[in-house]
Parts: sequence; structure tokens; C-alpha cells
Amino acid sequence: MTDIKQRILPRVQKPARYTGGEWGEVKKDKKDVRVRVAFCFPDTYEIGMSNVGMRILYGVMNQMEGVWCERVFAPWGDMEAAMRQHNLPLWALESQDPVGDFDMIAFTIGYEMAYSNILNMLSLAGVPLHARERQDLKNMVFAGGVCAFNPEPLADFIDFFSLGEGEDSTVEIVSLYDRAKTEGWSKDAFLHAAAKIPGVYVPSFYRHEYNPDGTLAAVVPLEGAPETVTKRIVEDLDSAYFPTKMIVPSTEIVHDRANLEVFRGCIRGCRFCQAGFSCRPVRKKSPEVLYRQAVETLAHSGNNEITISSLSTSDYRGLKELTDALIPYCADNKINLSVPSLRADNFSRELMEKLQTVRKSGLTFAPEAGTQRLRDVINKNLTEEEILNTCTQAFSGGWNSVKLYFMLGLPTETDEDVLGIAELVYKIIQAWKENAVNKKRGLRVHVATAYFVPKPHTPFQWEKQITPQEYLRRCKLLKSHFYSKSIEYDYHSPDLSRLEAVFARGDRRLGPVLEAAVASGARLDGWDEYFDYAKWFDAFRACGVDESFYTTRGYGEDELLPWDAIDVGVSKKFLLRERHRAYEGLVTPDCRHGCAGCGANQLLQEVACDA
Amino acid sequence: MLRALFEKTGNAVYLSHLDLMRLFQRAFKRAGLPLTHTQGFNPRPSVSIALPLSLGMESHCELLDFSLEGEIPDYGELRDRLNEKLVEGVRILRVYQDGEKLKNLALLQCRLTLEYDGGIPQNAVEKLEALFSRDSLTVEKKGKNGVSDQDIVPLLRRISFEAESGTELGIDAWAHCQNPSLNPMQLVAAIRKYAPELSPDFVRCCRMEIFTEQEEVFR
Repeated sequence: MTDIKQRILPRVQKPARYTGGEWGEVKKDKKDVRVRVAFCFPDTYEIGMSNVGMRILYGVMNQMEGVWCERVFAPWGDMEAAMRQHNLPLWALESQDPVGDFDMIAFTIGYEMAYSNILNMLSLAGVPLHARERQDLKNMVFAGGVCAFNPEPLADFIDFFSLGEGEDSTVEIVSLYDRAKTEGWSKDAFLHAAAKIPGVYVPSFYRHEYNPDGTLAAVVPLEGAPETVTKRIVEDLDSAYFPTKMIVPSTEIVHDRANLEVFRGCIRGCRFCQAGFSCRPVRKKSPEVLYRQAVETLAHSGNNEITISSLSTSDYRGLKELTDALIPYCADNKINLSVPSLRADNFSRELMEKLQTVRKSGLTFAPEAGTQRLRDVINKNLTEEEILNTCTQAFSGGWNSVKLYFMLGLPTETDEDVLGIAELVYKIIQAWKENAVNKKRGLRVHVATAYFVPKPHTPFQWEKQITPQEYLRRCKLLKSHFYSKSIEYDYHSPDLSRLEAVFARGDRRLGPVLEAAVASGARLDGWDEYFDYAKWFDAFRACGVDESFYTTRGYGEDELLPWDAIDVGVSKKFLLRERHRAYEGLVTPDCRHGCAGCGANQLLQEVACDA
Repeated sequence: MLRALFEKTGNAVYLSHLDLMRLFQRAFKRAGLPLTHTQGFNPRPSVSIALPLSLGMESHCELLDFSLEGEIPDYGELRDRLNEKLVEGVRILRVYQDGEKLKNLALLQCRLTLEYDGGIPQNAVEKLEALFSRDSLTVEKKGKNGVSDQDIVPLLRRISFEAESGTELGIDAWAHCQNPSLNPMQLVAAIRKYAPELSPDFVRCCRMEIFTEQEEVFR
């Protein structure tokens, strides 16, 4: 008789997501394994397998003797229903063993809307949700990723967090666990020892106290825990572990290509951007190392596409040297090279022409705000002139489609700024009318606005989010000023961004909300097919939590913030100064025009900040 | 043009036709065997697979047509080098040149295993034999233009039934596989429609062999 899992697989969508068996997956003999890690990505296979961080840490753990790290992804709804119907617990892909059998259960979290998936995956694994209910060393749940920079909403569920880049710290953590398991330590003894590893934050070692008005009164470290925990970074990326033998999915994923990360950190300082601050300081990889890793990765994977990635690739000093070497290699081997995240400068235009892969349709800008005034406030130093120049050149070269991304609800935004978006769009249409080589093909301008979400560890971490009603009013105002048929305007529904804002700046009182929402069926919130704000609305009411406390209220500058115990390297003083400069409309030049003193360079001991 | 005979078993049955095409393209690259590319604005590697296999079905008789750039290694070596770079469940059995023209591929022999968790129903074999000796059995077919009725009897060359154990009943079916073709799972659809009491709890399906119109093995 065919077992139940094999009977379910033919009935669900994209069953290859659940079977493992891809090229490059790591299998080990269980008798040689002392520590088994279930590395969970709290979203579907297609999203998770596109995550470079997970691929790196999978390699890091599997190169450790005696350690076997396997992958786990969130099942799609059809599979989840079948699993629950047949009491089939969540399994890891490589061994197909239940996650509940594993020593350690790790999560990498890059998006707040994945929180429900974390709880749902633990529930599907049959692992108790609350950290305090898991009393043994077994099923130790830990988490990392950018969301760990404000871990408080997850404090009830996760035993400890690993902050920052995990190439080194993960080895230290898993080695410690190996020792603890061999020597038969208690969970408590392990957590005490783990808290001594730099970058490890154990939430149960901190007590949060609140004022009568609901704001945070104190974060009290217990049992000798450090007052602040500083994120880890890898100083020298050239010598850092990088797996060139990666898993090649057998089925289609979102980013189905090799990925070459050229540097970490960002020199730009856009005031809304969490990655731009929390990933500092700037550290580069050398073009020689990158070229070697690219060739090795491509030869092992058989991929026919490679992409260069970073937060702002034009700021990579070795870009010319690297692309000069890669372009001929890729041409000889019929590999597409893509270079996204380029700024609209001359070198980029030349590079785009050299890259044959650029189809004559994709021109994308993220001005984020419609007027220069507001772009100065958010420190997005992309000028109207740059946009129009690039568009003009592109239109005369045959391009006929532009995508523009904006945010609504930015600090100090007025209706004039909102309508500035429409004006910019009309100038672009005008530029097309004057420069297009083939007007018959028409122009398409795709405009999208997102609802601004203030994020921790940014100069806007104190800001109010505008109300959903106000956001929609601004969307409609803008829409009423788009007359041209060339314009396609999309605005996101506000509910998801409102929820994202709650959890991004949330505290421990959100734990019960999360639990209640998941209990009523919330999961896969990042997917339109599943997101249902009503479930969350009910959960907030049931737990007596007011969303607006975290969204439209705004945080006071002298208020203790839930994430104040987490140090990402950029000082609160600097963020505050940047906030004040924003309100004065003052731009802060990028780091190459002089160090602005964010403080992140103090994380470096061996090398200097490469800004 | 070269042809590879390969099998698709185990978890590889969940790879779609497109997945499999991509898998082969990458396996050739990994093996250092450059495929020729189609001419044109958007060159594509020249690989093609005859008779796309439905998701979930096993096969021991799949055909992959391809052509290589440069010097072509010995066929045995070519097979081994590719097998080293493929995933579990996809295995090349033979590589050869000058395969028969695909238009002469006419028949497919497949094996269906019907699983009855509570035991095979009484007289199931006889009832099925009687059912499939009817002149016509129409079942719904989902095509590009929506749902239509398909009569499966004219598309079946022969069919036989056999109880393999107390709970598994085997069907050996020879069906037309081109112009028009019969998806073997349609046999199960017919059972569910005309003899619902014989509906199995689960069905496994495997392509065993392919033949020409004259019932000679097709290669």
C-alpha cells in the first residue's frame, strides 16, 4: 500500500516542493550525525529557495562534522489541509523525517508577515508553540534574519535569536549545542552559555515592564544577561564561507538563478530603509574572489543565469572590473548576466547596453516620493533630472515601458507631494512623446504606491503611520490626476502594510495576538489568496490590543523602544540626528562624500568601513 | 540528433514536463556537454521530450532528443556523464543516434495498480473485464477548449486485469498515444463513472513500453 504522503502528493499543487531530492542537496548518514537542524523558512518553497542567506547557512552548518542541516518550508494551503486531515506532521525535505525529531529548529525571518507561518509551522510539526513549554534541550527553536532586529513580538515562541550575519555565529551556536547534548546539559544551562556568544539574544532573560499609558517603562536584564546585544558581522567577505555547491531546485522558484553578492551594507542612507542602516558597515568582496565564485557556482549548478546582487550595485567599486571579466565568460557559456539595482548614471547605461540580456522593456525607478522636497526629507538622492535624462535616452533607444515605485504616507507628506507624482509621470510621458522612435508601439507607465511602514533602526523609527483611510484618500487623489491611457496605477491595499507596521515596531504584548490569529487560521499572510485582515482584527480585539498604539500613535523620542536592547551598530543618536535633518529638509550626502558618523564602523576591528 | 531513453521513477515523478526540460538543460551544462541552441532572437537549448508525462506517473520508456556542440563522446560515456549530474529518479538507460521518427510512435503499454485498502471487491476482475468489453465508454476530458466527452474504447488496443494481491489489482493496458492519445488515468475515470463500487482508494500508474503501430518496440 502506498503510504499516505505519497497518496497526497499527486493531489496537491506543485508536489515537487515537498519531496526534496534536488541536485546539490546534502544527505548524511544519521549514524554520523550528532546534531540535526531543521532549517525552516517561514514561507513557501519557491520563496525560501530564492533566499541567499538560507543557502549560505545551509552550507555553513552542513560543512560541520557531526551536524546535518535540512530544509523545511511552509506548505501551501492544499497541502496543509491534507496534512491536518491525515495527522501528517511537517517534515524536512532531505530525510523526510518529522521536524519534531530534530535537535534544533531554526528560522530565518526577513518579513513580518511571515510570523504567522512560524507559529503555523511549529503547530504543523507538533512542537509546542511557547518556548517555556519546551523544557528539554530537544526542539531548541532559534531565529535570525532582519526581523530579529526587533524580536519582541516573537519573544514568547523563540528560545533565542541570532542577530546579524550568521556565517561565524551559527557555527559557534551549533557547536555549543553539540557539546550541551553530548554532556547532557539542561535547556537552561544551554541558554545561559548561548547568551555569552556575541550576537545571541535570549528573550526570556529580559523582563519588559510597562507604564500606565502602555509605553515601555523598562527592559530589565535577568540572570546576568547583557544590557544590549550587538549584531554579528563578517569583517572580511573574501575569506568568509560561501557555498559554491548550492542546491539547484528541480522545480521553478521565484529567483531561479545563481546569485553573486558583491558587497554588504549601503552608503546611501535613505531614511525609510531598514536594510540600508541595519546592514552597515559597508564591506566589499573583491572582483577576483567574486569571479572565481561565479565560475564555480555556475559550473556546479548548470544555471543559465546569474545575477549580481547588493543593496545598490552601482556603488560597488569593483563593478567594472567584475563585469569586464564576467561578460565574456557568460557570453562563451551562454549564460545571462543580470545586474539589477543600478543607478541612473552613465556607467550603468553603458553596462546595460553591454548586457544583451536586458530586454527593451524594463526600466524601473524608485523615486519613492513625488517632489524634490520630499525626496530630500527621505534622503533619496535621485533627482527628477536624472530620471528624465535616463528616460529620454531610453526612449530614443527604443524602450517603451517604465515602472515607477513610490510610497505614500511619508513623514511631512502633503497633497502637493502626492500630486508631484502625477506631475513627474506627465513629464515622463512628455519625454516619450518628444523622443520615442516608434510611437505606434505606445508607452506604458506603470506606477505603484506602497503604504509607508516605519521600521526599527531607521531615522523614521519614531514616525506615525498615516491611517488606512488617509492612505486611501491619497491614493484616490493621485488616481484622479492620472488621465493618460498610458498609465497603469496600482496601490496596495492598506491592511497588509498596517499589520506589517504593527509587528515591525511591536512588543511582547503581540505574542498572544499572533497566537490567536494563527489559531483562527491566519497564515501565508504575504499571499493575497490567504491574507484575511478580519482574523487579525478579531485577534487584536480578543487580546485587548489596539493596533493604533503601534501605527498611528508614533513613538516619542525619549520613549524606551522595544528594540533598544538590540544594537545593529548604527547609534540611536545618529538616527535621531537624521530624523531632525529630515524635518529640516536637509539631505545627508552618501558615505563616500564624508562619513556621517552612524557608528557602524565600530563593529569592525580588522578592516575599515568600505563606504 | 541524438536520442536518450530514460526512466522517471520515485520522487522524480512529481517533476513537471517543464521542470524536466530545465533539469536536463542544467545537467548537460553541469556535465560539460554543451547543447546546440536554436537560431533566432532568443536562442534556446535544443532538447525535447516526446510525449509529455503526466505529473505523478512513472515511466521506463521516456525519450529525450538533443544535439551537442563539438565532439560527441562515446554514447556509453555520454550516458554515464549525464547520469552523474542528474537527480535521483531520472536515469538515462541508453543513448543512441538515428532514432525512429516520432510520428511512428503509436502505442503505449502501461501498468496501472489499483489499491483497495479494504481488499479488492468481489469479482472485480470479471466486472472490469465486462466493463471494458463494452462498445463505448465515455469520460470527461479536460482540454484546452474546456471539458469534452471522450470515448476511450476506440483508443484502447487491449486491456487485461489481474489481482496482484489481496489489495492490489493490476491493469495492463495498451493505448494509442498520438492523434488522438489516451491518458491511462482515463481508465480509472471510467471505472469511477461506470462501476463506482470498484473505485480504488489510490492508483499508481507506470509507462512500461512504447511501440509502433505494428507493435514493434519503438526506439
